[in-house]
Amino acid sequence: MTKAAPTMSRNGALRRPVHFHLSADSGWKQRFHLAWADMREGAHLWRLIAVLGFLDIKLKYRGSALGPFWLTISMGVQVGAMAFIYADLFHTDIHSYLPFLCLSIIAWSYLNALVTEGCGCFIQSDAVIKGMRMPFSVHAGRSIVRNTIILAHNVVVIVVVFAIMGVHQSLSSLLALPALGLWLVDGFAFSLFFGALCARFRDVPQIISAIMQIAFFVTPVMWSTTILTGHREALLLIRFNPFYYMLEILRAPLLGTPLSVMTWGWALVISGILIFLSWIAFARTRGRIAFWV
Amino acid sequence: MDRLCTNARPDRLLGLNMMANLTASNVSIGFPLYHSDSRSLKKTILGQASARFGRDNNNRPVVQALHDISFSLNSGDRLGLIGSNGSGKTTLLRVLSGIYQPTGGTLSAKGRMTALLDPGQGMNHQLTGRENIRLRGLYLGLSVSQTQELVKDVEDFSELGHFLDLPVRNYSSGMTIRLAFAMATAFPPEILLMDEWILAGDAVFMEKAKKRVEGMVRHADILVLASHSPSILLEWCNRLLWIENGQIRGDGAPMRILEHYLPSSAFKELAKAEAAP
Repeated sequence: MTKAAPTMSRNGALRRPVHFHLSADSGWKQRFHLAWADMREGAHLWRLIAVLGFLDIKLKYRGSALGPFWLTISMGVQVGAMAFIYADLFHTDIHSYLPFLCLSIIAWSYLNALVTEGCGCFIQSDAVIKGMRMPFSVHAGRSIVRNTIILAHNVVVIVVVFAIMGVHQSLSSLLALPALGLWLVDGFAFSLFFGALCARFRDVPQIISAIMQIAFFVTPVMWSTTILTGHREALLLIRFNPFYYMLEILRAPLLGTPLSVMTWGWALVISGILIFLSWIAFARTRGRIAFWV
Repeated sequence: MDRLCTNARPDRLLGLNMMANLTASNVSIGFPLYHSDSRSLKKTILGQASARFGRDNNNRPVVQALHDISFSLNSGDRLGLIGSNGSGKTTLLRVLSGIYQPTGGTLSAKGRMTALLDPGQGMNHQLTGRENIRLRGLYLGLSVSQTQELVKDVEDFSELGHFLDLPVRNYSSGMTIRLAFAMATAFPPEILLMDEWILAGDAVFMEKAKKRVEGMVRHADILVLASHSPSILLEWCNRLLWIENGQIRGDGAPMRILEHYLPSSAFKELAKAEAAP
């Protein structure tokens, strides 16, 4: 520490690269190299990413008495109201339906936010992108942090509902943690990919939000898969629905419902494909994003 | 250690003697012009379709913002960029700061760099001045103690006093500039890129800013300044690069370039003013 101190102190920005060498696009080797450097620089700036995400929330609620806990309240009201109406409509028991709906809605709103805000992650940060040299992964990370903070506020609703309804949690509930980790990685990959795509083609965010609307209804978010038993065609909705697998790996451990290895397997396959495509797309578009935003 | 921090560069202490360098070789930037209509997905898909009818797929409009720009700057060089509006000065500054990847040629930068491209850059106008300084510390990747150093330095230099605890959106433009300049130069960069807005500060602050930049340059650093004001350029720079239509029109000693750049009457006046201190 003492040895490093003089070096660090004056040369404050040592952590940012002191040298850079930029040349015109010269093929995939250079693209992957630069994309990787972007990730590495972004990882060094993790404190910045965290603070930017935190500030987004703080500033949005600055001056409000309850602050970000408005998120908790509005989610609680929404879930409560929906649970009573839909439990009646689906003729299900509110004691089993409310925890299910609460967890599903909150997980879905997180997923939806990761997707839609991931689309806008570069467009939103245009001033910073044009103002200073900054790894692009910072902007994608910022959207992830912001939405994860919102999720953390909504988790309060889940805890309260589970406590009231007496949903038993066991050690296997911890399996939800790797699922959340996978969501974070996927969300980040998606943001890099679609953030660039949406900066280039301004119709894409609209298309994505339309798709997410449909996905909400065809994915078992508000309804449970059991109501599809006997409907062969309708079951295809689930089998070929990537959102179903992603949702299920997070939801099943917490609800104590059985979760097959295959579900996790598919979730990993879907994530693998997403990450692979995102990596290629990010390497390809990285040098152009500054021109597009 | 404090004394050591403020007066000497560790690289020199360690005997590394790293000289700053900024070299552009044949840098070109083609700016794709995406109008709100030409950038839509529909147009691109339909464009692909019509490409079958013998049209070039790449016929999107491109503005050649910079063409074949080459120069090399070493420690002690203070380069002024001059040229009419839209000639490519700001784009060149953005390329030099590593924001745009050149579409042709190569750029290499050696040395810690700060770019002051627009006064509000990296500042969140809803945050207070002090919060913005801390945010800047994070942007720079500073440690907690370094950030404290930064806050103190900016406090002293900007002389904003209690305004630092007000949101930046309540600042006058001059105050925003003070803050931006103080933040950018607190940890003296080895390469400083500035756009002309910096000249909007009041006379007292300008004097102070100039002293600071001079100090930096004395310590063998590089300055690149884009401006329209000949007197400012003469004062701050020892080399001028005249850019017109994205190309270098002239490169050399300030007076020599200004002689060609300025209308003759304006140049005579300037020369007279320079001769009589």
